[in-house]
Formats: sequence, C-alpha cells, structure tokens
Amino acid sequence: MQIGPLLSSADNIDFMIHGLFKYSFFGHEVWITTSHVCILIVMLIIVGFAVAANRAMKKATEVPTGFQNVVELMVEKLDGMVDSPMGKNAPRFYNYIGTVFIFILLSNISGLLGLRPPTADYGVTLPLGILTFVLIHFNQFKYQKLKDIWADMCSPLPPWLPIWFPINLISEIAVPVSLSLRLFANVLSGTVMMALVYGLLGWFATIWPAALHVYFDLFSGAIQTYVFCMLTMTYINNAIGSEN
Amino acid sequence: MDFNTNFILGCSAIGAGLAVIAGIGPGIGQGIAAGHAAAAVGRNPGAKSAITSTMLLGQAVAETTGLYGLLIAMLLLFVKPLGK
Repeated sequence: MQIGPLLSSADNIDFMIHGLFKYSFFGHEVWITTSHVCILIVMLIIVGFAVAANRAMKKATEVPTGFQNVVELMVEKLDGMVDSPMGKNAPRFYNYIGTVFIFILLSNISGLLGLRPPTADYGVTLPLGILTFVLIHFNQFKYQKLKDIWADMCSPLPPWLPIWFPINLISEIAVPVSLSLRLFANVLSGTVMMALVYGLLGWFATIWPAALHVYFDLFSGAIQTYVFCMLTMTYINNAIGSEN
Repeated sequence: MDFNTNFILGCSAIGAGLAVIAGIGPGIGQGIAAGHAAAAVGRNPGAKSAITSTMLLGQAVAETTGLYGLLIAMLLLFVKPLGK
C-alpha cells in the first residue's frame, strides 16, 4: 500500500534515504545507505583539498601567491571565528572547530552537487551533537571543582537541597539533542522543499529553482553551520569557566 | 485497505497540519528580532555587520521550535508511526 501524501504525481518526489546493500553485523541487518556514499564523497573532496593545501604550503613563499593565498585566508577567517567567543581558550580549539565547520559546511551545500546532504540524516548530526556534549563535560570536569559542578547542577537552590537536580540534568541532556535536531531539521526541510519543487512541477522547474538552491542550500546551510559552531564554542567556554 | 487504516492516515494528515502551526511562534520571534535589528542599525549604522550576525544567530536559534513542529509533521506523513 503506497499512498502519495500530497498529489497524484507524488511518485516523483524522492528525498528519502535509500539502502544500497545490506550485510549482517553480529546478527543484525545493517544497510549501506546513500548517506554513507554522500559522506564518502564529501570526505574525498575535503581530503583532496587538504592534500592540495599541504602541497601548496610546503613550498610556501614569504609573499603568498595563488592557492597559498586562498588557504591562508581560510585559516585566518576560521581562527578569527573561534577567537571572538572563546577569547584566550581559542588556540586549543582552532583545529576541532575548523574541522567541524568545514565538514558541516561542505555537507550542507553538497545538495548543489546533486547529492542528498549527509547532514539531512539524523545519524550524522547526532554524533556531532554528542561530540559537543562530550567536549563540554570533559572540559567542565577538567577545569572546575566537583563541588562547583554540584552547586551548579542544583543551581537555583542551595547545594544541600538537590530538588532541581533532575531538571538541570534534563536541560544538560537537551543540549546535544537540540543542537543536532536544529541542524538536521534545517537541512532536511531544505532537501524536502527542493524535492517537492522538482518532483511536483516537472518540466516547469527548469532554471528558476537555482534561486531556491541559493537560499536553501547556500544561505541556510552556511547559517546553520555558523550557528552550530558558535553554540559549541559558547557551551565549551561556559564549561571551562571564567576564572580559568 | 480497511476503514481503520484510512481513518488513521486521515487523522495523521490532520495532525501534521496542526503540527506545522508551530511555525507561527518562530515567525513572530524572528520578525521581532529583525525589527529590533533594523532599529539598532538606524541608531548606530557603524555596527551594521555585528548587528546582522547577532540577529542571524538569534533567529536561527529561535527557528528551532518551528522546526520541531515540522519534524513531527514529517514523521506523521512519511514514517506513519500510528498506522503500524
């Protein structure tokens, strides 16, 4: 039974994740899906760019020319983005935030290459959220005293009366969930919108959907990448604390 | 296909429509943020870039609640959790 939820020509609409082939993993049926393939393509692009950038920087000159210029500009901009919210903690997080930024940005705009964006799969964004969660709490336990963390978790009431502890625990767990769901739902809504335009309008959707791509893929993807990195940095900075 | 399946599908569609009403809240919130940003730029045109980036960050965060509604609608329409 297959009921098209929208119109009679709903057969053309396709934004789902497809399984390519399945294999058995400790008795479970596991699928290699289109998300894996798209993420591999994105990774190949990033690795290719990294190798090219490494070659360019090996024979770097005092006055940058050509490709070296581009790489230096990118690194400078990414470091500047980390500098403003993190202050003096920034140098330890240049690498992580830069990597996450480049990966999410390329994933989000890979819809322009005809791929299904890997970030429109909750299995990709949830690990990113969990990475942020782990970083937050690793830094919290590294830089704050246990007493202070406990007092913070019981926050509106004094530490010997932990009535608010469960509520604060839920709000801590909500951080990775809301981070990952925000990224996922934004990219997914763009993907669904483009699939509807191409699937329902047929030949009528020839040139003008390029304008929609600019909004849904480029603008929305860049904004969400920025928001993800910004929130990650803010949370980590709060966990490190102001006195350190 | 019996009556129950049809009934559940119809109710899922109505529920999806109701869930998308959640978009009203972020719409109002983003409008307020954009209005205040416009006022701030009018008062201090030199800080235009900082105001714009702050506004976009806040709007993207405010958008989340609307997207939760969209997610629920998507689940009801395409995953059909109730009809199993």
